[in-house]
Amino acid sequence: MFDYHALLPEFILGATLLVVLGVDLLVAPRRRWLAGAAGIVGLLAAGVPLLTLAGVGGTREMFAGSYVVDDFALVVKGLFLVAGAIVLLASMSYLRGDRYYEGEYYFLILASIAGAVVMASARDLITMFIGLELVSAPAFLLAGWRKGDLRSNEASLKFFLIGVLSSAVLLFGMSLVYGTTGESTFTRIAGATAAVSGESAFVLGVLFTLVGFGFKIAAVPFHFWAPDTYQGAPLPVAAYLSVGSKGAGVVGLLTICYSAFAGARDVWGPALWVLAALTMTVGNLTALRQSNVVRLLGYSSVAHAGFILVPFAMAAAFEGPALEEAFFGSLTYLLVYAFMNLGAFAAVIAIAERTGSREIDDWAGLARYSPTLATLLGVFFFSLAGIPPLAGWFAKFVMFKAVLGDPGNAWGVSLAVIAAVNAVIALFFYARVLKAAFMDPAPESLPEGAPLSRPLAAALVITLAVTLAAGFYPQLLAFFGEAARGLALP
Amino acid sequence: MGWFENGWGLSLIVFLPLVGAAVVLAVPRARETAIKAIALGFAAASFVVSVIATVAFDFGSAGYQFGADTSWIPAIDSRFHIGVDGISLPLVVLSTFITLLCVIYSWNHWPEPHNPKAFLVLMLVLATGMAGTFVALDLVLFFIFFELVLLPMYFMIGIWGDRNPMRLPGFKRPVETRLYAAIKFFLFTLFGSAFMLLGFLALYFRSGNGGLPRTFDIEALSARGAEGQLFTGTFAFWVFFALFLGFAVKVPMWPLHTWLPDAHTAAPTVGSVLLAAILLKLGSYGFIRIALPILPEEAKAWAPVIAILAVIAIIYGSLACLAQTDMKRLIAFSSVGHMGFVMLGISTLTEVGINAAIVGMVAHGIITGLLFFLAGSIQHRYHTREMARLGGNQKILPRLGGILGFAAMASLGLPGLAGFWGEFMALLASYNPFAGANLALFRSAMVIGAIGTVLTAGYLLWMLQRVNLGEIPEEWREKSFRDADGYELGAWVPLVLATLAVGVYPAIVFGTTNDSVQRLVARAFGG
Repeated sequence: MFDYHALLPEFILGATLLVVLGVDLLVAPRRRWLAGAAGIVGLLAAGVPLLTLAGVGGTREMFAGSYVVDDFALVVKGLFLVAGAIVLLASMSYLRGDRYYEGEYYFLILASIAGAVVMASARDLITMFIGLELVSAPAFLLAGWRKGDLRSNEASLKFFLIGVLSSAVLLFGMSLVYGTTGESTFTRIAGATAAVSGESAFVLGVLFTLVGFGFKIAAVPFHFWAPDTYQGAPLPVAAYLSVGSKGAGVVGLLTICYSAFAGARDVWGPALWVLAALTMTVGNLTALRQSNVVRLLGYSSVAHAGFILVPFAMAAAFEGPALEEAFFGSLTYLLVYAFMNLGAFAAVIAIAERTGSREIDDWAGLARYSPTLATLLGVFFFSLAGIPPLAGWFAKFVMFKAVLGDPGNAWGVSLAVIAAVNAVIALFFYARVLKAAFMDPAPESLPEGAPLSRPLAAALVITLAVTLAAGFYPQLLAFFGEAARGLALP
Repeated sequence: MGWFENGWGLSLIVFLPLVGAAVVLAVPRARETAIKAIALGFAAASFVVSVIATVAFDFGSAGYQFGADTSWIPAIDSRFHIGVDGISLPLVVLSTFITLLCVIYSWNHWPEPHNPKAFLVLMLVLATGMAGTFVALDLVLFFIFFELVLLPMYFMIGIWGDRNPMRLPGFKRPVETRLYAAIKFFLFTLFGSAFMLLGFLALYFRSGNGGLPRTFDIEALSARGAEGQLFTGTFAFWVFFALFLGFAVKVPMWPLHTWLPDAHTAAPTVGSVLLAAILLKLGSYGFIRIALPILPEEAKAWAPVIAILAVIAIIYGSLACLAQTDMKRLIAFSSVGHMGFVMLGISTLTEVGINAAIVGMVAHGIITGLLFFLAGSIQHRYHTREMARLGGNQKILPRLGGILGFAAMASLGLPGLAGFWGEFMALLASYNPFAGANLALFRSAMVIGAIGTVLTAGYLLWMLQRVNLGEIPEEWREKSFRDADGYELGAWVPLVLATLAVGVYPAIVFGTTNDSVQRLVARAFGG
């Protein structure tokens, strides 16, 4: 029943949660950063069994198939652990600057990551739901971390209400699926689909599940909470939401669609086509009008959710290798996006500290007085725009490649054309920030900013290294996408 | 020299500048001399290796040489496949040559804001992108290098470009020219290349339909394209259209050219030189290397369209030149016309035409590069590019004026100088285009193109008259000017010599290209 080796990452994370709380209790307030450091060590330690599991290989099933550790789970867990470590690094100086509750903050981030790690293995409706709630609940609190700030309160409240609503919708959809198929494990739902595929209750269940996840990943038209929440939440939390929480949603969607609803592709495929087209277009067009960098990143992350959905959307039309390719496309996009978006947020945190503002106009002439930060901003933003040789090009590439799997398919080609136009629109707003930073004149009196803290610098170095290395040698991340593609096969 | 021939030589040409950029980044900004010396060293090394490659090149062989084909991204079946043949070798050498001259010219000519470190880093990254595009034999690799030039050029124009305000419809306040030009350049090119990428992917997927493995390999795709089985029908039509968009924006062909005058005029001198001399060639090279051999039937179907657009570009470019008051903008528009001749040559799909296109590309690179250098130096001295205010330059700056006269003569296609061969042979080829072409159309194109050469001579002589000849205007009489210095001559004299060499003995280029062009035409168009 219990495969201790397979569950070791979760156990280590659980232990880390307790250690973080303990450290927070025991050390003097001045040394609370030790709690964060303990969290990072714990995340890295939880990564070690992932390597040994990958070394042993094979698929491990537990609890009657509701908890599975396969290559896909290992890759995704690794991504969440690394992303969590980067978020913690980016948080440390931010928290010290404003005297928030430090220990509790680290605890909540780690709890949310633990939820994401559980989701990676969840192969049953209930486990999936519990994992998703474990991801979301700490995030509600984190969004409102700046108690004195009205915007932070707004962020938290909006996020909470929408989050609860989406959970309710998701749960309703899941209960319909359970009610019609009589099964809760994904493989068995897939087996029972054929008998019920015509029933409207089942179709409704699938669609409600999609809508529930649509809120989590901030797909249009379920996205409106995201920019407000990102803007109000502490910046590292926004970074976490845009990668960790969104990533967990994408992983859930991937698992549930490709395994449980494998037989209902004709239901979720067209729905996701519309969702993908809307999400990229609305996200990008709205981002054009933003004057606040964090809101801009909020809409940009909405648009990226659309790009992630693009390969998904054609699943109804594809069979065999092309289907696998679509799965690979979404997952690899997520891997690349995680690093470059965390990097972009880390750069924004650093620049916001340096300039004391998050308005694009206040960043004018940044390159004059802080060329390193400006260059980092340029690397991450152009990577998000998908300009070679930065890693983002590969994400866009695999997306296009997946959706064109059958060049004769008009739906695929038209979605690819929409995505291509969107890629061009996206460039415009990313370039606008860089225009301010590089090409506009610096203000007369330079802002007095704090120097770059070491943990934040470390976060920037890690994300920069991955963004550059994966740009020139994309196999670095594609390898993991390849390893995980087995899930798409029936 | 086994190592040299196994891809290392070409890799050195391509990646030495990138290594140089990384080294320059590591040097503190204050140590300018060290930065300049490092950049010069790496640019020179890249050029020297490309010369070695030329010496070692087997001119008797039409295939690819010095190639390497190693694993790169197995997840998407893309390989690091590089190599040069007679078509790409002249362009590789041209790109390393021009880059080196740009570094030499930059030695003491820095645009404002003064920041040699950043400027040189961008220039070296550009060099990698340019040389890389010409050696790439894998569509994904080609795409990466093709796009690699975007970022540096965007920053070059946007940071160091023209600061004069310009009025734009829809904007209340005037916008600085550099900002408008930079983003326009970026968006146009990205728009084209996004569709080009879709075309590449479509080719990849269709390439597997014959039972063979899918591939991004240009060589393999050309072989399958020549068989005429895989890429047919509406599929081929749309793919060619997608590739056409990507390459035509870059060339640029009328009516997608509108970014060019803005970008060339707003860019700092070295940026204009690199844009005109090399970046434009990425587009026309793409047609020759990718679009024609892989989709020969579609190339035939599209040839009349390309020919018509090319002829419009020739006439439109010349007429637009006659309407310019700004010297740099005039030279920029002249590029539209000259690239029109290159595209006219390509559209004939014959050996003569494609040879003409390549020699035209090389000649345009050398001559227009030189013209932009000169325009930059004139602006540096007079602080204006308005031809109405200039005059008598020959008397004020005899050396600079003399070279300007020479470059203008070369640009208008004077026999004996490099510009002649490309235009002459392109016209010759359009008298006798590929078998099955609409003769009336191509011969009309020839006649109109010939009128274009007259117009070209007209505007260039007119420019010379206004800038170089006549009396010295009141404004400049009392001022003292310094004539061309050593660094300027160091950059210009090699270009002058190259213009002469190609003009007098065009076999330097033809001798290299002809075999490969013959192979291409024979395989794709059967004759």
